Amino acid sequence: MDKLLKLLKENALETPENLARMLDTSVEDVKARIAAYEQNGIICGYRAVVNEDQLDIEKVSAVIEVKITPERGGGYDRMATRISRFAQVDSLYLMSGTYDLLVFISGRTLQEVATFVNEQLATIEGVRSTTTHFTLKTYKDQGVLMKIEDDHERLPVTP
Amino acid sequence: MNDSRLPRDFVAKHVSGLPRSGIRDFFGMVSTREGVISLSIGEPDFVTPWHIREAAIYALEHGATSYTSNLGLLRLRRAIGDYARRSYGLTYSPQDEVLITVGVSEALDLAIRAVVEPGDEVIYHEPCYVSYSPVIKLAFGTPVGVSTQRAHGFRLRPQDLAAVITPKSKVLLLNFPTNPTGAVLTRADLDGIAALAREHDLLVISDEVYSELTYDAERVSIAALPGMRERTIFLNGLSKAWAMTGFRMGFACAPPPLIEAMMKIHQYSMLCAPILSQEASVEALRNGDADVAEMREAYNDRRHYIHTALNAMGLPCHLPGGAFYVFPYIGGTGMSSHDFSMRLLEEENVACVPGTAFGPSGEGYLRCSYATAMDEIKEAMVRMQRFMGRLSA
Repeated sequence: MDKLLKLLKENALETPENLARMLDTSVEDVKARIAAYEQNGIICGYRAVVNEDQLDIEKVSAVIEVKITPERGGGYDRMATRISRFAQVDSLYLMSGTYDLLVFISGRTLQEVATFVNEQLATIEGVRSTTTHFTLKTYKDQGVLMKIEDDHERLPVTP
Repeated sequence: MNDSRLPRDFVAKHVSGLPRSGIRDFFGMVSTREGVISLSIGEPDFVTPWHIREAAIYALEHGATSYTSNLGLLRLRRAIGDYARRSYGLTYSPQDEVLITVGVSEALDLAIRAVVEPGDEVIYHEPCYVSYSPVIKLAFGTPVGVSTQRAHGFRLRPQDLAAVITPKSKVLLLNFPTNPTGAVLTRADLDGIAALAREHDLLVISDEVYSELTYDAERVSIAALPGMRERTIFLNGLSKAWAMTGFRMGFACAPPPLIEAMMKIHQYSMLCAPILSQEASVEALRNGDADVAEMREAYNDRRHYIHTALNAMGLPCHLPGGAFYVFPYIGGTGMSSHDFSMRLLEEENVACVPGTAFGPSGEGYLRCSYATAMDEIKEAMVRMQRFMGRLSA
């Protein structure tokens, strides 16, 4: 992976000036490369990793295992695409193993999530069964530990 | 009884004669202040990678609380043998050519004490790590420092080495990449130095603790050059590249008679290195290459950043090829290293070690460590630029 992308994945707020110094190149070069990545869809967006457990907001997350009946011609694609279009769905993957789709969803309340599963997801023709697991606590998200590592003080001067 | 000794009179003359480390005085100044950004720390800002810490926890849970063999755990010596082969093409037998020590500092002390007799001259290059000259003196050797220059990237040039060799010269102490300058040797330098060592029958003690943190050039150990294995003690450790300073893990590799001699001193003074650190090191050497690569990449970003920033503010410095230090020249301001670092600390709360802490030839320079979080380096550069602006106004 381009070093520039790696640095932006670590900190999307890094300024082009600082990136240029780290990569030993010009600011113009950095700006041009970022623009090209945005243009061709390699950089799809920028967002913060937020520990929502720390916020006083109503939010419930769940993971749902979904079994579906594959279709002749399209396999799982049409069903998977259809389900992924719901705004409540954060992520969706086709899996090997005892179920077919793994769906990450979130809503404001437990009731709201349950209603979505029972009334909108489970009722789709071709969905054979759903198993819903509610998230209790987040320890790590997108490679970021939610608990900041204990800070052991280093000596201010060492040889 | 009126001439009874005071406590200080009991201290041996060759110990009381050693200068206090300049670093300790500077430490005293820095630690009384609030809000200091410190670029004077010679250890990684990274915590030891989790799988290595976890290996130590696992070993502790399973009762690894005993002594090990004096040489160290055979599993670790095997892992070191494999590491030396894959990284440097060096072949050492885990049975009798590898010794595990408490940091490279102990290994260096053992190596010097094992070979130096009173009056033997030990050549080292300067500016250098603070312990080299004292360790030689404690072994009753005669330290012979060779100045290295910014014009040559602080490399030890064979012609400068040749100029100090005498019939009393016995040992050449090398530390590349160098703390505090970040210097690395070229292949031609190494060949020239090795030729002099062979010609004048010198033993080389090569402290390569920073060699994993070499950024541009290929890593070559002097021990791997023709005819050098039998006259080199290769020292390395896990503190820097694996971010394991507090584990205190170093090792020495050399032909059996040299390891045997070092082991005797180690056995009677240290007995063995701590077992938990040894267990953690087995994991580090077997499964830690990716961690080292990742940290090296982070240091490399910072290296370019700080090098560009210092040169831009009028503090000329060479691009260091290794370690995690830059060594800017501050002599152009008309101030001494000491005065510059004190004023920078007092006026801008940035701590950089005066070059003179690393020997007289460090006058005119500062050591800035980039083993510090990027955000801190950025803020330090802003403050230093402001300081420089005031000086030139």
